Amino acid sequence: MILLGVGAAVTGAGYRFGSLARMGPGFMPVVLGVVLAFLGVLIAGTALASSEDDGGKFLPDNPQWFGWLCILGGPVLFIILGLYGGMIPAIFGCVFVCALGDNTATYKSSAILAAGVTVFGVLLFHYLLGIPFPMLRGVNL
Amino acid sequence: MISTAITDLWYGFGVALEPHNLMYCFLGVLVGNLVGVLPGMGPVATISILLPLTFGMQPVPAILMLSGVYYGAQYGGAICSILLNLPCHPPHAVTCLDGFPLTKQGKGGTALGITIIAAFIGASFGITEMIFLAPFLVQMALKFGPAEVCSLMLVGLLAGSTLAKGSPLKGIAMTVFGLLLGIVGTDIETGQPRFTFNIPELFDGIEIIALALGMFGIAEFMNSINNTETVDMRYAKVGISDMFPSKADLKLAFWPMIRGTVLGSLCALIPGTGPTIASFVSYATEKKISKTPERFGRGAIEGVACPEASTHSSVQGDFIPTMSLGIPGDTVMALLLGALIIHGIVPGPQLISQHADIFWGLIASFWIGNILLVILNVPMIGLWVKLLSIPYRYLYPSAMFFVCIGVYAANNEMFQVGETLVIGVAGYILLRLDFHPAPVLLGFVLGPRFEENFRRSMLISRGDLLTFVEHPISAFFLMICVVLIAAQIYVWLRKPKILAEEKAIENQVPETPYSELAG
Repeated sequence: MILLGVGAAVTGAGYRFGSLARMGPGFMPVVLGVVLAFLGVLIAGTALASSEDDGGKFLPDNPQWFGWLCILGGPVLFIILGLYGGMIPAIFGCVFVCALGDNTATYKSSAILAAGVTVFGVLLFHYLLGIPFPMLRGVNL
Repeated sequence: MISTAITDLWYGFGVALEPHNLMYCFLGVLVGNLVGVLPGMGPVATISILLPLTFGMQPVPAILMLSGVYYGAQYGGAICSILLNLPCHPPHAVTCLDGFPLTKQGKGGTALGITIIAAFIGASFGITEMIFLAPFLVQMALKFGPAEVCSLMLVGLLAGSTLAKGSPLKGIAMTVFGLLLGIVGTDIETGQPRFTFNIPELFDGIEIIALALGMFGIAEFMNSINNTETVDMRYAKVGISDMFPSKADLKLAFWPMIRGTVLGSLCALIPGTGPTIASFVSYATEKKISKTPERFGRGAIEGVACPEASTHSSVQGDFIPTMSLGIPGDTVMALLLGALIIHGIVPGPQLISQHADIFWGLIASFWIGNILLVILNVPMIGLWVKLLSIPYRYLYPSAMFFVCIGVYAANNEMFQVGETLVIGVAGYILLRLDFHPAPVLLGFVLGPRFEENFRRSMLISRGDLLTFVEHPISAFFLMICVVLIAAQIYVWLRKPKILAEEKAIENQVPETPYSELAG
């Protein structure tokens, strides 16, 4: 019955979106908001009407909290290290943390992978494509 | 008209054969083939990763390369299906049914050979279709006013959301969600910021790359982490000499290939029915008209040839509405359309006349690319097979890095990396709730243009909604919309029977271990 929750969520979001921008250019948002809300009600309605258990569980059978954390942590590290450290630590941190998310990964294998990707990434993005992203902030390479 | 088409095509070959264009085309198909073989990576994620890298390039090579990834991936996907019984890409799920039994019988090489031939025939037909049909469509489309464009987009959006996987209602809801996301940013006509929550970075709107990579990159990795099966490599040994099918096999596969090709090209013309549906339909048809239907599922060569041919012809045909009308049929096309817009090219009927180099160069590059793919696949099959054994745990962290830096490189802003992250989490939650993210992208790309044309037609008609019905072409499109909705309701009411038929085929297909969402 999780679908009901979705329906409600979509409905709520729909209304809020709709009323937020009711100015001259707000026509489209309001219309779309109403449509979305209407669809939300419909979805919730069909979910209620069919009332059959379609096996829709929100969490998968084996939630991978650690894996998810690692995957999301990678980009977060990329942002932080990228802003304050530069390209090299950003790439290394991102890949290293992401790699740790796998059940079979060890610190060593992740570090090796991260180092490899870092070298490759710096070569490709810094030297070949030349995107403006200092390799190490504060150090002039 | 035929003679002009041939002259134009000649010109296109000139464009596509320019050394750097050729190089990028080759690079595109190579990368495409690679990600096609690799389980867990799909063309959508790859194209979004590559998109920021093309910013510094000329538009022609950029589009050639990105398209190359798409059709290149189709060649690679078949290898996975036939040798490992892993339907990495939905269009090739059906190929598993007969491809893997053939592999078990030691005829995997033959199946691959047939696949490559079928692919080439299918693709060639799809390209030919594009050459002759696209200019014709353009002539028609040039008569369109804003009202017609609006209605046509409505058809595209509706078809894209209802015919794809999953519940049609949810599909439509996701399209509307995409349209709303497309509104974020400064309003073009009044300069009013909308849905920006006073975050200055959002004034330019949501970046398409952030959206695509969040939805199809991060969400997908979250879905498949620690969820991948170990690959069974027992049967995956193929040499070049095995690849040449015998005359008897060829004879058996010839007509199914032709039928598959025709079916695939038909499917391509209906917006929203991409290669996946084409392959399922053609497999079912082939089984129905076969004199020996009991052989299907146990290694019938026809069961490989037909869906493969139809997949490829539909992949090439997919480009027709995108390039001629500016209405993308599926996620990949929506992305390519986004790429065109980023490169400052306005998609729509004017594209062929104003940017002849892109259109005809693209067509010519399809042919060159397909030939390159055949060359790549035959001698290098062993190498591709080896690639299959790259474990996912090396793959996804590297891909995550590409996601991060790709989004960053688009505007050199860290904010967008965060944006991608948020979208990724949202995408994963939606995915768990059975909302497929593909229509979001469709709505997102078409949204701003839909609004613009809607407003324009309202201006012209002075706010009279009836204008959409009064213009005959527009009324015709609206009728299609009504038919589409009616058909969905009909299907819903008669659910048990039709679902049972669909399930019959789907049940035979092994569970997709890591789904490429853009079915």
